Amino acid sequence: MVSSTTMRMSDQREDQATPQALSNTAGFRSLRSHGVVARVETAPVKAAVEDFSFYYGDFKALKSISLPVHEKRVTALIGPSGCGKSTLLRAFNRMHDLYPGNRYEGAIRLHPDNTNLLSPGVDPIEVRMRIGMVFQKPNPFPKSIYENVAYGLRIRGEGNRSVLDDRVKEALQGAALWSEVEHRLHDPATALSGGQQQRLCIARCLATNPEVLLFDEPTSALDPIATASIEDLIHELRDKVTILIVTHNMQQAARVSDYTAYMYLGELMEFGETSQIFVNPTRKETEDYITGRFG
Amino acid sequence: MNTPSSASAASLPPLVVSDRLAKKALRHFKERFIEMLLFGAASVSVLTTVGIIWVLVSESYHFFETVPLWSFLTDTMWTPLFADPHYGILPLLAGTLTTSLVALIVAIPLGTTIAIYLSEFARPAVREIVKPFLELLGGIPTIVYGYFALTVVIPMLQLLIPGLSGFNMLGAGIVMGIAIIPYVSSLAEDAMRAVPMNMREGSYAMGGTKLQTALRVVMPAALSGILSAYILGISRAVGETMIVAVAAGMQPNFTLNPLESAQTISAYIVQVALGDLPHGSIGYQSIFAAGLSLMLMTLSLNLVGHVLRRRYREAY
Repeated sequence: MVSSTTMRMSDQREDQATPQALSNTAGFRSLRSHGVVARVETAPVKAAVEDFSFYYGDFKALKSISLPVHEKRVTALIGPSGCGKSTLLRAFNRMHDLYPGNRYEGAIRLHPDNTNLLSPGVDPIEVRMRIGMVFQKPNPFPKSIYENVAYGLRIRGEGNRSVLDDRVKEALQGAALWSEVEHRLHDPATALSGGQQQRLCIARCLATNPEVLLFDEPTSALDPIATASIEDLIHELRDKVTILIVTHNMQQAARVSDYTAYMYLGELMEFGETSQIFVNPTRKETEDYITGRFG
Repeated sequence: MNTPSSASAASLPPLVVSDRLAKKALRHFKERFIEMLLFGAASVSVLTTVGIIWVLVSESYHFFETVPLWSFLTDTMWTPLFADPHYGILPLLAGTLTTSLVALIVAIPLGTTIAIYLSEFARPAVREIVKPFLELLGGIPTIVYGYFALTVVIPMLQLLIPGLSGFNMLGAGIVMGIAIIPYVSSLAEDAMRAVPMNMREGSYAMGGTKLQTALRVVMPAALSGILSAYILGISRAVGETMIVAVAAGMQPNFTLNPLESAQTISAYIVQVALGDLPHGSIGYQSIFAAGLSLMLMTLSLNLVGHVLRRRYREAY
């Protein structure tokens, strides 16, 4: 049996001359080749991971990953602890640049401009201006609710009060938090509950209209009710922004994502539509993990 | 097999039980002994403080029997050695405040900048070199700083400001500021380094630069610790003795102009302690009144620091 991953990678090698054209159809082709009926129309590719390897010092944490991220869809990265899913996610906004000794190899191309996010010539700050990130543990800044959401706009030089007011309101509405905080915008953000803090962190990202939103196990520090509200929110955001989510909760991946990538020991084992991965995985390892026999 | 342990303990021979009790008693005694030892160590500092306050208050009491508190607080002359003695604390207070203010204008911006650099910008290798030098700066005896002020800094200031006296509060204050930089920077740096990395990552992920992250996220998060560092710096400046005694002059002078010479509370205490006045005289007792004023100042600073720390403490 040929896995969807290897299939797609061989496709890529055939016509490397037109990476854009290829990546736009790669995900679609691999799905069709397995006879799975598409639940969603195949969306254009927003970002393409191309033969990407990552090193922590001498340790090779990711091995030649290639993966499309479809526009305005939710892509989930799943796999057992230590498989490299968070490492891959953090590469998208160059978080690894903050620590010494890390090395990227290969490319992550962001469309439509086809910029290689990992290229040394690309300023990580420019990358992070386009790609937002929500962390495992809610990390609001020691400021008011308002100033937390306005932070990204302020560091981009926006000082106009009425513009800030509008964008803050819009972002808080987008994160389904507005009704809970509209009368206490100037209270400290740390006074909010954990789930509210996490939605505040999402609002903080939304305020600057990112093209891609990264979620790194966004609900692992939250209770079930707060988790449900974050998942609902991810569902709503899916229409506006491309989402990549790392989760160790397979039910969550099944609930929120359109595409799922299963990773193991730094390798991408299988990628496909979530319905296909969960109902009809092509690889035995994926099936074992999803059914809980392993991991 | 399911019998609780109490039942099985009851079935043991009584000898064993008493044996274990005896051991327990010995252990109890040892615990008590160690507790007493630790308590004794802790009481030394408390008793010393109580003793100091007792001496200050009782000697000041004799002083205030002769000099009314009102004139002590309002008289603008401090001339305990003159034929017509005046005991107004204001000139000494003005000297203390002026030199401290000059010192803080030097130490707070520089100390904060150093803390930001070391905590947020310096590579670990650089930090390992710079930190010991800062600690060395904190270890230099203040009398050395005093002569540094007198022989280096004040002559340099005299080039800039013609007609400046050889003893002045500006020179003494600047050098005092340099002397307290290590206290401010090292405490402020500790506070900033204690800010968790996920807070910084949040800012970087928003597209923040290093400077924006340091000034807009890390500093507000570490505010309570940074304020503590400032309060400690102020306390050191107010109580600092040798630098001002050597370089600020010894004339009690009721002025807030840093270009003039003046005496601080601590410098006056040094002067009297050198032995110009007989024991038990009113002039001798005046140093206790001055010392009490100094202690009340640092005590209130510590209280302010405590309140600020509680108010701005961040729960990350």
